[in-house]
Amino acid sequence: MPQRTFRPPLPGGLLFSRNDAIILLLVGTLIYFGVRLAFNAPAVIQGPDIILEPAVLPYYALLSLGRMLAAYALSITFSILYGYTAARRPGASRWLMPILDVLQSVPILSFLPVVLLSLTAILPQRLAVELAAIILIFTSQAWNLTFSFYQSMITLPRELREAAAIFRLSAWLRFRALELPFAALGLIWNSVMSWAGGWFFLMAAEIFTLGSRDFRLPGLGAYLQTAASQGNTPALLYGIGTLVLIIVLLDQLVWRPLLAWAERFNVSQVENDQPATSWFLNVLRRSHLMDGFSQWLVAPVSRAINTAFNRPAQIIPSLEPAENIMPRPLARRFLRGLGFGLLLLGLGLGAYEAAQLLLTLPLQSWLTIAAGALATFLRVALAVVIALLWTIPVGVLIGTNARAARVLQPVVQIFAAIPATALFPVLLLGLLSLPGGGNIAAVLLMLLGTQWYLLFNVIAGASAIPQDLKYTSALLGLKRWRRWRILILPALFPYIITGLITASGGAWNASIVAEYTHFAGKTQQVTGLGALITDSTASGNYALLLASTLTMILIVVLVNRLFWRRLYRLAEYRYRMDQ
Amino acid sequence: MSANNREILVRLDHVTRAYGQGERRFIAVKDINLEIYTGEFVALLGPSGCGKSTLLRMITGLIAPTEGTVYYRGRPVTGVNPYATMVFQSFALYPWLTVRDNVALALEARGEPPVVRRERAEKLIDLVGMDGFESAYPRELSGGMRQKVGFARALAVEPELLCLDEPFSALDVLSAEALRGELLELWTGGQLPIRAVLMVSHNIEEAISMADRIVVMGTQPGHIVAEFSIDLPHPRQRKDLAFEALVDRIYGAIAGHTEPEAKEVGTAPGAPGPTRILPASSVPALAGMLEHINQGKGRHDLYKLDDELGIEMDALLQTVEMAEMLGFAQVESGDIQITPLGQTFAEASILTRKEIFASRVRRLPMIQWLMNMLKAVPEHTLPWKVFHAALSLEFPPDLAERQLDIAIGWGRYAELIDYDDRGETLSLDPSQGRVAEPVR
Repeated sequence: MPQRTFRPPLPGGLLFSRNDAIILLLVGTLIYFGVRLAFNAPAVIQGPDIILEPAVLPYYALLSLGRMLAAYALSITFSILYGYTAARRPGASRWLMPILDVLQSVPILSFLPVVLLSLTAILPQRLAVELAAIILIFTSQAWNLTFSFYQSMITLPRELREAAAIFRLSAWLRFRALELPFAALGLIWNSVMSWAGGWFFLMAAEIFTLGSRDFRLPGLGAYLQTAASQGNTPALLYGIGTLVLIIVLLDQLVWRPLLAWAERFNVSQVENDQPATSWFLNVLRRSHLMDGFSQWLVAPVSRAINTAFNRPAQIIPSLEPAENIMPRPLARRFLRGLGFGLLLLGLGLGAYEAAQLLLTLPLQSWLTIAAGALATFLRVALAVVIALLWTIPVGVLIGTNARAARVLQPVVQIFAAIPATALFPVLLLGLLSLPGGGNIAAVLLMLLGTQWYLLFNVIAGASAIPQDLKYTSALLGLKRWRRWRILILPALFPYIITGLITASGGAWNASIVAEYTHFAGKTQQVTGLGALITDSTASGNYALLLASTLTMILIVVLVNRLFWRRLYRLAEYRYRMDQ
Repeated sequence: MSANNREILVRLDHVTRAYGQGERRFIAVKDINLEIYTGEFVALLGPSGCGKSTLLRMITGLIAPTEGTVYYRGRPVTGVNPYATMVFQSFALYPWLTVRDNVALALEARGEPPVVRRERAEKLIDLVGMDGFESAYPRELSGGMRQKVGFARALAVEPELLCLDEPFSALDVLSAEALRGELLELWTGGQLPIRAVLMVSHNIEEAISMADRIVVMGTQPGHIVAEFSIDLPHPRQRKDLAFEALVDRIYGAIAGHTEPEAKEVGTAPGAPGPTRILPASSVPALAGMLEHINQGKGRHDLYKLDDELGIEMDALLQTVEMAEMLGFAQVESGDIQITPLGQTFAEASILTRKEIFASRVRRLPMIQWLMNMLKAVPEHTLPWKVFHAALSLEFPPDLAERQLDIAIGWGRYAELIDYDDRGETLSLDPSQGRVAEPVR
């Protein structure tokens, strides 16, 4: 598996602006409308039965993979359109990027209940569940892809852009020859991240029980949960085996070849010392079958696409500008203003209605929400601290010791590949009988879902410590604690912060499935905001659902803005080695 | 080409280009009038920040003038000029395309069919002597070879006007020299459909060895200082006396002459009158240059200094300007003369140097402005951002940042100003430039 060192995109600017407030309002209103729709959801829903025969596993795996593919196709299309608009339309980035920034810090699972219920209210049940799963995966995949594409578009080197203008490349040719290749490496790396996130949420979304509503989709996630629920250990092992196999196959046959192939899009004009390699790509390159494939299929198709899209500049050009910059006609300006006004009006109405709904909530419920938020907060903090405690020593060991890396790296990568939500039923199987088992299971799930981000970041940070500094600290005779304090911890700081931001976001997310479980016919919950969200959906307390969902979103966004972003800036500014 | 059938290819009519708006307006080039005739090789020469690249981009239509008009063959240029093409300093080749595909891309944009693209690309690659490298990627090539591909690509669109944006400055000395020779051979041999060449350069000898006419530009704001016609026969010899005399004259035009002190130091930010941009140089560079001049006769040909010190013309000019501003040297018609103060500085010990420097730097309006702002507040400490915001009213933000960096660097050396990186604050140095005696 390729190493994941993922840098969350944090745009600069004010820590909290007026735009942010409006955008939060927008998100809140959208959720409110979802909740309104949910009023009309059918009261009893029975999903299809899940068969535990190993023979159906390939079929289930295909279904799950299909959902992932559909969501990914949606994500990529969205990312390119959104990122392009934000980067190219003047003024667009002022709105589009903050919206994206809020969306990416919203805990995705927190609105799964809302999405599920509102879709079942308007669509046939099977389709609604399918769509809800795809939307959920989409929301876990799209944001980082979009940020990556946008970042590429605004960092295109000036002279490469000027060359495109001077040689009068058409919009399509510019996209094909300049913009897409320049963005490719970032898009592929982020796709790997997105797929990992997608599996996590798909496993959770295929079975979702809310009281007498039992949403389920035939697929690997449903198979695993059913197997655990029935205590069927062989089926559980088959299921996990299949999942790991698929993930490893995807890695070896898709992502690695893609990454190795995409090395050509590396813009630095020097040869990379350690380019990504892939045995599969080498096989493909050597095979005659591929030659024929590219000659008889790929080439004609790409030629056809080119002729279809490419509108060349006139061969005998005129000096007149291609696009006359005319003042925007009055009618269009009016329509735009009208549209914006209507949007604001809708927003205001929605916010008003949402506030009305929230006001019906008694004080007691608000206290429950506060207590739940505190409990979840403590769980998240505990999970993050545990993750830090073990990943720093292990990560430094792997990052600085080549022999340890050879042994441990592959093991770690296999473990990291298994989505935590797939293992969760197994955890429940072992822990629910213990006293406080619910709490332990919840923290463990958060830990499982988040520790890998940290570990990979620590490894990357440790291996990036310059050799000179290591020699210097050896020459100065720095021992143990002083060596850690003066060299290792400061060098790791930016990487740890980067990992922590992703990790804590993931932990909040996990709370929704971790705190409220439906297992072996019994529902069990612990005190927490995540449990409140699921519980209020199950019991049809829509005011409480809206209040707790908004609370969680607000907490995560505020913690991001007021705490993580400051630390991140400090890390970027003071502790970066590669300046 | 004889003089009588020359036509005007490009005409710039009172062209001004400004960035930003209102209070924050920064003028890059101001009121430029220039004509380029067919058959001409024109070089634009000047120190960095004089707007020569801006001018080139207005002529190609990549950016539009804020005031005035660029005419091409009598018609105003309002979009990318289809008759012009450009060779870039950084080559601007697409790294994921092979040599052949890079050249062919320019043809594809014009709608040529694949067969024609391939054939013409191969021909052009042959022409620049890159045959055999058609399927190589740019990163496999040396700088000189990459630039040859850049030329082949530019020639592919059969331009009338070839614009060169410092095309040799990213190359090593030998490759640059070889490539200059090859370009001249193609140009003077008349094998190209090109009607005129416009080259931006900051290398005087390069410009003299290639151009028919040299346009010298100055800074603050960018404007034309002088023009020189070069009618030496090709190939031009650098050791030639006429050549050297030209270098001397042009150096003189670029370096200008030292103004009276009030004009040399300018006014404080926010005060009426132009704020002088601090030259991007440092105390060690200044000391090194003054020592070198002082070891000689105290008067030196500017054009010989960059070679002797082993630095670029641009870096030299910045250091010379710093010396003029502080009163350590005078510049007159291409010569630099060290002043008695400069001589004392060059011969002084480290601590005395600091004291002399502090006493001179104190007189600069920019430093005075910094110190007055600091004196006016309790604790004599202000955040960096405050100064940056104030300077941004005068300069574009990135220039404001560089100016502040230079001012802080000088102020720190003089022990007048302190900068705390942790809190990003500036404060007055308690010693105020009075250097303590070293402890024995």
